[in-house]
Amino acid sequence: MPLLDTSTAPVWRRREPLKQYAVWAGWFAGVLLFSLCFKVISDNTIWEFLADAPEQGLSLLGRMVPPDWSIVGSLLLPLWDTLNIATVGTALGIVIAFPLAFLAARNTSPHPLLRGLALTVIVSSRSINALIWAMLLVTIVGPGVFAGMLAIGLRSIGFIGKLLYEAIEEIQVESVEAVAASGASKGQILSYAVWPQILPAFIGIGLYRWDINIRESTVLGLVGAGGIGLAMNAAINNLAWGQVATVFVLIFATVVISEWLSARIRAAIY
Amino acid sequence: MSTVSSRIDLARQGHWRPLPFISRQWLRWSLNLALLAYLLLVYFSVEVNWGRVAEGLERGLDFIGSFMRPDFTSRGSEIARGLVESLTMTFTSTVIGVALSIPVGLGAARNIAPLPVYLLCRSVIALSRTFQEIIIAIFFVAMVGFGPLAGVITLAFATIGFMAKLLAEDIEDARRDPMEAIRATGAGWWQWVNYSVQPQVMPRLIGLSLYRLDINFRESAVIGIVGAGGIGATLNTSINRYDYDTSAAILLLIIIIVLASEYFSGLVRRWVQ
Amino acid sequence: MLELKQLGKRYASGDLALDGVDLSVPSGQVMALIGPSGAGKSTLIRCINRLVEPTSGTVRLDGQELSQLRGRQLRLARRNIGMIFQSYALVERLSVMENVLSGRLGYLGFWRSLLRRFQSGDVTRACELLDRVGLLDAIDKRADELSGGQKQRVGIARALMQQPKLLLVDEPTASLDPKTSRQIMRLLVELCREQNLAVIINIHDVSLARQYVDRMVGLSDGRVVFDGNPQGLNESTLTRIYGEEDWSDEAGNDDEAGAGSGQPDPIGTIARGAHP
Repeated sequence: MPLLDTSTAPVWRRREPLKQYAVWAGWFAGVLLFSLCFKVISDNTIWEFLADAPEQGLSLLGRMVPPDWSIVGSLLLPLWDTLNIATVGTALGIVIAFPLAFLAARNTSPHPLLRGLALTVIVSSRSINALIWAMLLVTIVGPGVFAGMLAIGLRSIGFIGKLLYEAIEEIQVESVEAVAASGASKGQILSYAVWPQILPAFIGIGLYRWDINIRESTVLGLVGAGGIGLAMNAAINNLAWGQVATVFVLIFATVVISEWLSARIRAAIY
Repeated sequence: MSTVSSRIDLARQGHWRPLPFISRQWLRWSLNLALLAYLLLVYFSVEVNWGRVAEGLERGLDFIGSFMRPDFTSRGSEIARGLVESLTMTFTSTVIGVALSIPVGLGAARNIAPLPVYLLCRSVIALSRTFQEIIIAIFFVAMVGFGPLAGVITLAFATIGFMAKLLAEDIEDARRDPMEAIRATGAGWWQWVNYSVQPQVMPRLIGLSLYRLDINFRESAVIGIVGAGGIGATLNTSINRYDYDTSAAILLLIIIIVLASEYFSGLVRRWVQ
Repeated sequence: MLELKQLGKRYASGDLALDGVDLSVPSGQVMALIGPSGAGKSTLIRCINRLVEPTSGTVRLDGQELSQLRGRQLRLARRNIGMIFQSYALVERLSVMENVLSGRLGYLGFWRSLLRRFQSGDVTRACELLDRVGLLDAIDKRADELSGGQKQRVGIARALMQQPKLLLVDEPTASLDPKTSRQIMRLLVELCREQNLAVIINIHDVSLARQYVDRMVGLSDGRVVFDGNPQGLNESTLTRIYGEEDWSDEAGNDDEAGAGSGQPDPIGTIARGAHP
């Protein structure tokens, strides 16, 4: 925070003049960009529809309340499917991300080429949503929970891999040095000095992704990949909003419970 | 304790095993049993049509192969329009979402908000965070019609939930001393927030906004499936028609944009530091 | 037993950390390596077990040339060299026993070490060592539950588990309080004399070192500038090693029985008051 010498007296400004201009220019550019984008959006919007939007919203809510509780029984099996999609999918993701993270971490990667490859896989997996993976997989392996599990797994590889390799890069070097200095092999160094240090992070990351995956799995049924999304899709297509509301309530309860569970276990580990 | 001394005695004779991860025996046994039960249940209840999977492998290879020959041109104009829509949706919704998440975040912090405001804001956050963006998109498409506006509102709403929760947690964790010190000078409520709360949470806010920008872009590529604008619709069509070359082209573009945005946000973060 | 000939280390940046060091350490000798920061003490001992790669010169342990070894040969050679670290370098989440037993990793196959199936002889020996350093009660405690002095004692036990011929000690007492420092030094020297080990102790506390060691080597700017017994340390030799300074506290400090100098002598006082 510089003190500027002006002709009359030193003046305190938050930033030097040049930097201040840069900040203003940045804000100006941002506002300009925002206005441009907004124009693009509004060109594609039929603003007349907005006039009755609140009315539409309220009428929709009205049709959803009270929820149609009669279908709860038929939703339990799809909910079980959703749970499995999330759990098995997360497990798949962990199994593949684990070795990948060791290849991607600067301090454990055996070769820069392998490191580049591992990082590419991780980034690609991170960039594509589970829903897109599900759309693709449904056309490849057919509709059902298997496509859902693979979709969740493929998406999770990137998330888990990235956090895991960052954790590996942050371990204490001295412990690794000490174990190496006693004559241990690479494998022993990894299992004795590296693994115990990343174990809490590993469990935490896995649980964190699991509860995000529960949320993701609920909608995979919209594209045919199994779970409660199928029931939701059917209800929406039939405009049976009371049933849609029931599905929503079940989703809400499941997500809240799984998030609470995940947070509790993670707190216990740390 | 007798167990410790008995372990020491055994160790003196050469027998020692590390203590198990979970010390309470009943907990360990019940967890192992639960895991086994779950695995069995999954094995028997999940139905997989392995025949169909085997058939599909060929198509799967075809899909992987199409990454070598992505087709940017046959549907070029649709792809371009869809991407522009996705990008503009992303930027607009993130800006609006972050802006709105500040008041909601402030209102959701127990230590600075009155109770009814706190409850209201927390409910909004809960609703926004529990449901996947696509569910929210369905709702808003029903309200305002097809098109990118529904997408912008959807992503802005999702952004509010994401940012406001973290913001509220940061505020609740903020150090009390600077906050009390500013209070003591007689500052008004807004000045108090601007001088004591904001400096503590601002750096993380910027980092999180960049992260959310990335998430919103990825989501914007998907919510088009239900009509909320962006490249999702084009992608969906190409997949349903087994036009994998086009799909690969779109996916590659998405990956490149995500990579570029990560690089860009890294630069911004360092500049802000 | 340990022979360094013209050992040199030049970093890629051009820094010359070690400049032609010649040193010979016989079995059973406890040697202190002293010198100012940046003199190359840490680099020197790390060049011996190749945690740092020397750029010139040779290192011979019992006739075996260490500086060119690779892979399995290097691992086998490292088993004979134990190392003790300033920051203790224990694996914090593992138990004391696992940390001590990790000294035997060089003698164990991968699967046995993964499953923690150590040989009973090793376990018994680990107990004896832990008993000797006074930590047998703590065998199942996690390493991060211990105090600094306790962690260092585990580090000593771990190094001795290797049954090494040479012990390299890197600033063992830098992070410890004066009393614990003395306890650690005493323990170290006793154990090494019992097992007739050669020891090189990199230490910056000269007064502490001169009470316990047979021989002191002063390093300055990567070169040996002093090599003799602790009595040989006087104002001129200290100046040669460290540079200009008022050394009146340090010089003439080992005269515990006699009058010593008339000036205030806080370190000497503590030394005379310490219990064995």
